Parts: sequence; structure tokens; C-alpha cells
Amino acid sequence: MIKKIYFQSIFFSFLFSLEAFAAESGGMPQLNPEFWISQIFWLTLTFGILYIILSKLILPKISDNLESRKSQILENIEAAEKQRENSEEKLKEYEKIVSKSKLEAKDIFNQAREKALKDINAKKEVLNRQIDEEIDKAEQEIKELQNGAAEKINKIAIETSSELIQKLIGAEVNNSSISAIVDDLSKRSGDKYYGN
Amino acid sequence: MASNPMTQFNVHRIGPEIKIGTFDISFTNASLFMIISSVAILLIFNLGSKKNSLIPNKIQLLAELSYMFVSKMISDTAGLKAKPYFAFIFSLFMFVLFCNMFGMIPYTFTVTSHIIVTFVLAAFIFIGVTVIGFIKHGFGYLKLFVPSGVPAVLLPLIVVIEIISYLSRPISLSVRLFANMMAGHTMMKVFGGFVISLGIVGGWLPLSFSVALTGLEILVAFLQAYVFAILTCIYLNDALNLHH
Repeated sequence: MIKKIYFQSIFFSFLFSLEAFAAESGGMPQLNPEFWISQIFWLTLTFGILYIILSKLILPKISDNLESRKSQILENIEAAEKQRENSEEKLKEYEKIVSKSKLEAKDIFNQAREKALKDINAKKEVLNRQIDEEIDKAEQEIKELQNGAAEKINKIAIETSSELIQKLIGAEVNNSSISAIVDDLSKRSGDKYYGN
Repeated sequence: MASNPMTQFNVHRIGPEIKIGTFDISFTNASLFMIISSVAILLIFNLGSKKNSLIPNKIQLLAELSYMFVSKMISDTAGLKAKPYFAFIFSLFMFVLFCNMFGMIPYTFTVTSHIIVTFVLAAFIFIGVTVIGFIKHGFGYLKLFVPSGVPAVLLPLIVVIEIISYLSRPISLSVRLFANMMAGHTMMKVFGGFVISLGIVGGWLPLSFSVALTGLEILVAFLQAYVFAILTCIYLNDALNLHH
């Protein structure tokens, strides 16, 4: 029901409005020449003034603004470029200094190392020599001791044998005869004990 | 009830009747909106060119972007030789654009919806372009009507067609702008009238149409100003660089 009323109202109002348009419609005001001259006059006047002011005052200013901005931007870019080159040069210099100082540091380090090595070597040699001397001395002592050992053993053997004989037999024995026997024995079995 | 959609185009006198000889040059609503458009253009571009800051503010950006837009349009279509006519085409584009746009405000008058206004502009362009063509090329400008590479048999026909098309330029230029403006505004008025007559119940449909049409008409207002200016550039290009 409501829907029906709605559509009917739309339909009728369309009809009415169309009637209204039909009743009121006249020609196009554009084709009425009453104000043509006035429009031409005012158009020429306003457009002429607009053109003159724009072309003489405003557009050159805008164009100048654009140009000056362009040139300023170009200048700035140039300056930036120059500064970049400068900084690159400085960077190169800095790098040169750094590499030079690095080389110097290396040199100093190498020198120090060589010196240290030399010192160490010298000390080592001295020490080696001392050690060798000590070893030689010790060896000599050992040799002396070795050489002396056989005689001492013989002596001990002779003394021990004479005491043993004294206790066993109860008589004094001539040391020289015992030493002769011991020499003889040790000569016979010396090889067995010393192994050389 | 809705009023006649054509009454919006009525021109009426504002103030007293001014006459020079037999000519009536009274100040009308059309004159008023011509002046309003021109003053608005001058204000905006004066503000936009006053200060020269490296980083432009909004209005300066607007002025400079329009400047570059028009200058690119001219150099693209008519080449570097058209540079002396830049100011004219810029004023033309801005004038038509602002008249169209002011017409979009309710209760205003659309200057460019009158055939006489657009025809005067188009006729001025036509005459100017023809004069420039003859000055630049002398009678060689008539070669415009003789395209190269056309068989001799067809030549008389082609020349006639070319002359007719050349002569119809001001008519097509003026009628295009005028008809677009008038049709759009009439349509908006008709739909607006429907909104009133259908009332709160059925008015929503034409109202939505009206809203959509407003957007479309703003687009058309810009587009027609652009077309008007670019066609001027193309005609100028014919006069400056004779191709045929």
C-alpha cells in the first residue's frame, strides 16, 4: 500500500513537473541579441585588461621566479659537487696519512722485533755456551770420578780383604800381596763388572 | 514548482542603461562574472608571484604549476615558436577555466554558456591565427589547404573540404564550449527541479544524480577550458609550422 502511494506520487509529480516545464519553456536566452553588444564589449574589456596585466606584470614575475629557483638549485648543486670533490680529496689525503703511518708502525714493529730477536739470540748463545761449559765441566768431573772409581774400589777391596783375612785367620797379611791378588782378580773380571 | 531550466542563462541589466551611440553596453550579470573571474585570476596569480621563496608556499605552487602546465601544453603542441603567444593562451585558458568554475557555484551566472562570448573568443583566435599564418608564410600559407601526397584527381575535392574545415574552426570551437556548458547546467537545473517537485519521498534519486552531475560538470568545466586552449595551440601550430 505504502509502496503504491510512493510510486503514484513519483509518477504524478513527474507529470506535473513536465507540464510545468512545457508551460514555461521559451527560447534560449543565448539567442536573444538584446545584450550581445554589451557582452562583447565587457568581454573585450575584461579579457583585454586581464591579458595586459598577466602578460606585462604577473607572468614575467612567475617566469623570473622559476628561473631564479632553477639557477639557485643549479648553483647549490654545483657547490655541493665542489664540496664533495673537496671532501673526497681530503679523504684521500687522510687515507694516505693513515697508510703512511701504518707503514711506519710496521717498520717500528719490525725493528723492535728484530732487536728483540737479536737480544734473545745473543742471550740464548751466552746461555748455551754457559750450559755447554757446565756440561763439559760435569762430564769431566764424571770422567774423573769414573777414572778414580776403579782405584778406589781396588783400595776398598784391598782394605776389606785384609780386614776379612785378619778376622778369619787372625794374622797380619801384607797389604802388597793382597793388592797384587786384587789387581789380578779385578783385571780378570773387570770386564764383567764395568761392561766396557 | 520548478522554474524553467533556461532562466539561469538570462542576462539582465545591473544598474542603469549605458548606451554608446545606438549600442547598449549596460553592465549586466554576465559582465559582473567576467570581472569576478578576471579579478580572481589576477588575485591568485598576483599572490602567487609576489614572494619569490625557494620553497614555494601553496598559492605560489599553484601559480607556478599552472604556469608550467600551460607552458608545457604550448611547447608540446605548437613548439618553441609559440612562446610569444604564451601570455595570450595562458590568459585564455585561465579566463575560460575560471568562468566555467564560477558557473558551478549555485546562483551564479556562467559566462561561457553564451554563444556570443565563446564565438567572440573563437573568432578572435581564428582571425589572429590566420593573420599570423599569412604574416609568417605570405601566400604560402594557402598551402595549408593543399595536403601533400594527394592524387591530382582528388585535389579539387580535398581543397574544398580543407577550406570548409578551416572556416568552420571558429564555429566548432565556440559551439563546443557553449553547448557543453549550457547542456550541463540545464541538466543540473532539470534534476534540481525534480528534487523539489518529487519532494521528500521521491527526491532522493534526482538528488543523487544531481550530486554526481556536479562532479561531472566540474570535470567538464576544466576539460572544456583545456580543450579550448589546446585547440588554440593546434591552430597556432598550423600557422607557425606549416606542415603540408
